[in-house]
Amino acid sequence: MNRYARIEVVPLAGQNAGPTDLRRAAHDLGLTGLQDLHHHRLYFLRGAELAGEHVETLCRRLLSDPVTETYRWQWVEPDTPLPTDETCIEVEFHPGVTDREAYEIKKAAQRLDLPLIQVATGHRYIVKGRLNEADLHRLARQVLCNEVVQRYRLGPITPAFIEEAAADDRIELFELAVLNDSQLLQLSQERRLALNLEEMSVLRRFCRNINRPLTDAELEMVAQTWSEHCFHKTFKARIAYREIDPHTQQPINEEFIDGLFKSYIRAATEACDRPWLVSTFVDNAGIVEFDEAHVLSFKVETHNHPSALEPFGGANTGVGGVIRDILGVSAKPIAVTDVLCFGPQDLPPEEVPEGTLHPRRIQAGVVAGVGDYGNKMGVPTVNGAVLYHPGYTANPLVFCGCVGLAPANSHPSRPQVGDRLIVLGGRTGRDGLRGATFSSLDLDSESSDTSFASTAVQIGDPIIEKDVTEVVLAARDAGLYHAITDCGAGGLSSAIGEMAQTLGAEVELNRVLLKYSGLRPWEIWLSEAQERMVLAVPPENIPRLAGLCRRFGVEWSDLGHLTGTGQMVVRYNNIPVVDLPVDLLFNGHPRLHLTAEWQAPAPPPGQVSLDEIDPQTALLALLGDPNVASKEAIIRTYDHEVQAGTVVKPLTGIHNHGPSDAAVLKPMGTRGPVGVAISNGINPAYGTLDPYAMAVSAVDEAVRNAVAVGGDPDRLSLLDNFCWGNPNLPDRLGGLVRAVKGCYDAARAFNAPFISGKDSLNNEYLDRSGQRTPIPGTVLISAMAIVPDISRAVTMDLKQAGNLVYIVGETRRELGGSLLAAHYSIPADTPPGLPPNALQTARALHKAIRRGLVRACHDLSEGGLAVAAAEMALAGGLGLSIDLDRIPTAGKVDHPLEILFSESNGRWLVEVAPDDAPAFENVMAGCAAVRCGQVQAGPVLKLGPVEAAVSTLEAVWRGWTKDEGRTMNDERRTTNDQCGVVIP
Amino acid sequence: MKPRVMILHASGINRDHEAAWAVELAGGEPEIVHINQLRGSSPSHRLADYQMLIVAGGFSYGDALGAGRRLALALSLDLSDDLAAFIEAGKPVLGICNGFQALLKAGLLTGDTPPSATLTRNAGGRFECRWVTLTPNPQSPCIFTRHLTEPVYCPVAHGEGRFVTANGFPDRLVALRYAAEDGSPANGQYPLNPNGSVGDIAGICSASGTVLGLMPHPEDHIVPWHHPRWTRGEQGRLGLPLFEAGIRYVR
Repeated sequence: MNRYARIEVVPLAGQNAGPTDLRRAAHDLGLTGLQDLHHHRLYFLRGAELAGEHVETLCRRLLSDPVTETYRWQWVEPDTPLPTDETCIEVEFHPGVTDREAYEIKKAAQRLDLPLIQVATGHRYIVKGRLNEADLHRLARQVLCNEVVQRYRLGPITPAFIEEAAADDRIELFELAVLNDSQLLQLSQERRLALNLEEMSVLRRFCRNINRPLTDAELEMVAQTWSEHCFHKTFKARIAYREIDPHTQQPINEEFIDGLFKSYIRAATEACDRPWLVSTFVDNAGIVEFDEAHVLSFKVETHNHPSALEPFGGANTGVGGVIRDILGVSAKPIAVTDVLCFGPQDLPPEEVPEGTLHPRRIQAGVVAGVGDYGNKMGVPTVNGAVLYHPGYTANPLVFCGCVGLAPANSHPSRPQVGDRLIVLGGRTGRDGLRGATFSSLDLDSESSDTSFASTAVQIGDPIIEKDVTEVVLAARDAGLYHAITDCGAGGLSSAIGEMAQTLGAEVELNRVLLKYSGLRPWEIWLSEAQERMVLAVPPENIPRLAGLCRRFGVEWSDLGHLTGTGQMVVRYNNIPVVDLPVDLLFNGHPRLHLTAEWQAPAPPPGQVSLDEIDPQTALLALLGDPNVASKEAIIRTYDHEVQAGTVVKPLTGIHNHGPSDAAVLKPMGTRGPVGVAISNGINPAYGTLDPYAMAVSAVDEAVRNAVAVGGDPDRLSLLDNFCWGNPNLPDRLGGLVRAVKGCYDAARAFNAPFISGKDSLNNEYLDRSGQRTPIPGTVLISAMAIVPDISRAVTMDLKQAGNLVYIVGETRRELGGSLLAAHYSIPADTPPGLPPNALQTARALHKAIRRGLVRACHDLSEGGLAVAAAEMALAGGLGLSIDLDRIPTAGKVDHPLEILFSESNGRWLVEVAPDDAPAFENVMAGCAAVRCGQVQAGPVLKLGPVEAAVSTLEAVWRGWTKDEGRTMNDERRTTNDQCGVVIP
Repeated sequence: MKPRVMILHASGINRDHEAAWAVELAGGEPEIVHINQLRGSSPSHRLADYQMLIVAGGFSYGDALGAGRRLALALSLDLSDDLAAFIEAGKPVLGICNGFQALLKAGLLTGDTPPSATLTRNAGGRFECRWVTLTPNPQSPCIFTRHLTEPVYCPVAHGEGRFVTANGFPDRLVALRYAAEDGSPANGQYPLNPNGSVGDIAGICSASGTVLGLMPHPEDHIVPWHHPRWTRGEQGRLGLPLFEAGIRYVR
């Protein structure tokens, strides 16, 4: 029984050039002795009755393609491992990690009536070249294998099959009543509960009252429910805030904030009072009206900690999770967005912080993970951004968004007593345990320690989620459920807990379908296994729901019911494992009291005067900067066409390669001319000077991107996402308060409500010496605006020679945090602020667009006027001349470089046909809209002192290569070398 | 009466709705049917009740074990007789992207087992989404493409679309080729030929001409605003005529 078949699938000569990405990654690590790397797939099959003919059948029909591959196989006795015959590294998943291939082999074997019991898959890399053993281990650890989810061996690997384990119903008890304070804290730390003393004390008091110990399941459930991730306790906390004058060190403003969320975020939404809001902040996603028949939902989440350790799986499940948020409001996912922040891609390997992955490997994994989920789910990835900053080296940020569409009034959210609690979708395993608390802890040099991380990090299965989507939408249309929510952080404990938070529920855990046996009750209750939804279903509808599940091949289970007792009761084989009042879980949390302090940092000392900078050299440097340069190589790995609704695509212009300001969608199945624009705004560099400026700029950028493509500023909703350091440190929290205030002020200025938001705190890296490094506090604002008529949508590429070009908005001396300041050490202390008349200007521009007066429109952001003008020219394949003297300015602006590169908010460049000029000027009357240039047939960009061939600008921006198949990284490095860019 | 067109759905298929939209615009009556509704002891739907079949794009069964291979196995285990009868009756079958991969690997295009041609990983080694120009082969008997009067412009979105054969491929069974925008051959040049397919082959048909498989997505260019440069006034070269030709053929 123990022997297994080892199958090796080998590409035929000439069919496979070998994994070039991996080879290049190895060279980047300095493993230049590596000459070649050949990749073979491995399959391991086991079954008591499995015979050679069965293995042959599987190899021929399923495992190999005779046109491109051949195979060889042999029986192996586990006690006598194969000898190593050539230099190779073999890699396989840890048992229990999602392995779709193994799953499909099992299913197919069943269909073929083959007696196959266990399957494992793996990879064999044959290494050619001069590498010693230490090199091979480096190659394995840093390129071929991620030990968080995989293991490797130099030589033939012995597969680890999942063994059937006996059911384990052990319950651990914790006598909190008798613990002193330090013991309480020790317990919190040992179990990684991320609960502070005050919180633990509440539990101790509770134990004393009920006169019994807490079970492991109860303790873990409370920790998850009260985690920063689920409960947002920092945004609910009372905060004593003060601002310090940097010169006198005296407080200049002291105030008491009664909750950041309530006082600023929700307050902004309430003050905006927009009638088209359907649901804000209470559901899994914000919901607004779309047309008479439909509503739109939008949610943006982060998945930072998991992506740092296992970039593919982290980003993958990040997308999967936010798509489930949209399913959780009964909507069809119609678009995915991704905003990614990484460390410098050219970081020398020796500077990679201990226990973390190289930023290049993180980027490759994250991009692949995002694409894998969206592409396989059939949801187009239509908008995003990629940013680079040294502050993200140990803590990358991965923001995943999803937009949904649903018929109006189709989302039921009234669970009722007697409803059955149905979980459907993926099976439950030991994966993702304690994800919510994990994300509330610092990453440190030991975070990738597999005992903790491999259960906290998972790989998704988008196909299961696609099947679940089919069932959920069909069940919605048939009106089969009273409430729905997704299983995210905290797993069933959180999903059922939330659903039962007023009624209470009874749950029987041994009805949960498991991936493998041997889970303890608390693990079943807390597991964050992916691709699961929980529905509250009236008993009479169960047969119809079962029918839908059968049609789409989705597994489901009836776990219990809603009781109305207000008590959360969970049993395993009839033994109670949780018996807690829902009131304790959802209202028992002690409110935090925090201190916040803000002091403006000293402005960076300037070493270079503007006069010393050659404008043309600067423009080329900025165009080649990774933050500005073409992201085409990434964007093309995402399907942005599926669902046939992408009206303005992420890439646009004469060669389908210009950078769109925002995406415009016309959701399939909706009638009339109405569409929706999706955009984002983010710039962490401003935040290093002043988080307030960062926040207002992010709002302004998101709004102007949406308006640029035809979005109506009066039908625009916002989402806020904060990624910050440890909020218990007053300086970190002080910056966060500044940012939240900026969000409020900017939202009020545009009269644009927040409909949903999320915060991810504790993004800090703790090294062995105890040194803490927080990320640069980062605000992402996502915007969604109704486009009243998609036939009026506008793209950013210049359209026709002879057309006039206008600049809208005033330019100020705002070079603080600018891209120019990142490249040249200039004295620049003022980041962009909120422009006056922001909404009035946006409205006027929108009116002009709706009247069809605008041929092209592009917002001015990183790199200011110069970069925006260059992008419009290269996307249109046309020349552009702009007279800098005509650019309207405000305040003291006296240097051409300030006009060219200042990043003042509230500005657009607009192309208008000469015949439409009078009408355009008429509509824009009263706003700063000034004719400043003209589109030229000759492909040259003339901007005051700058005169450059558009082909040169394009080559720098695209990375000097026409081979788009090469990686972004290569393009970028070439660019940097060429321009002599200095990245601070 | 409008011809009834079955759009085959299976776990992981995701371009079924736009295929249905294309059929509707082309004058057919589409119905998305899950493969589970066609199999078992008392299936609720029968292939024989339809006049045309579309196997739509997506990632059936996650494309584990190679794109389309699991769906191909399901087709040959569950629908082999029904499909043979359907094709024998001269009813058209269109496989797009993942549907092409499945039809090819099930032997329904080349007619041999194991098939002498396959679709494998793109030469660039990664999934790519980009617009391509397709020119019809005038020598092909393909009922979907033989009346095309202009090239088709539409996106590809796949990671395993490189057409490879064991011993060459008969020219007359090539239905569509990747080409430059002016219609001249791509000659294997990236990105005109986005995946490194031999002979710039983007789509092939059965000897009868009634079964077509192609990697690009004509169903994603069926209205003018699908065109990536519609804001520049560019239009035409829709993918819709392929669907119209299929509907015309069965009407």
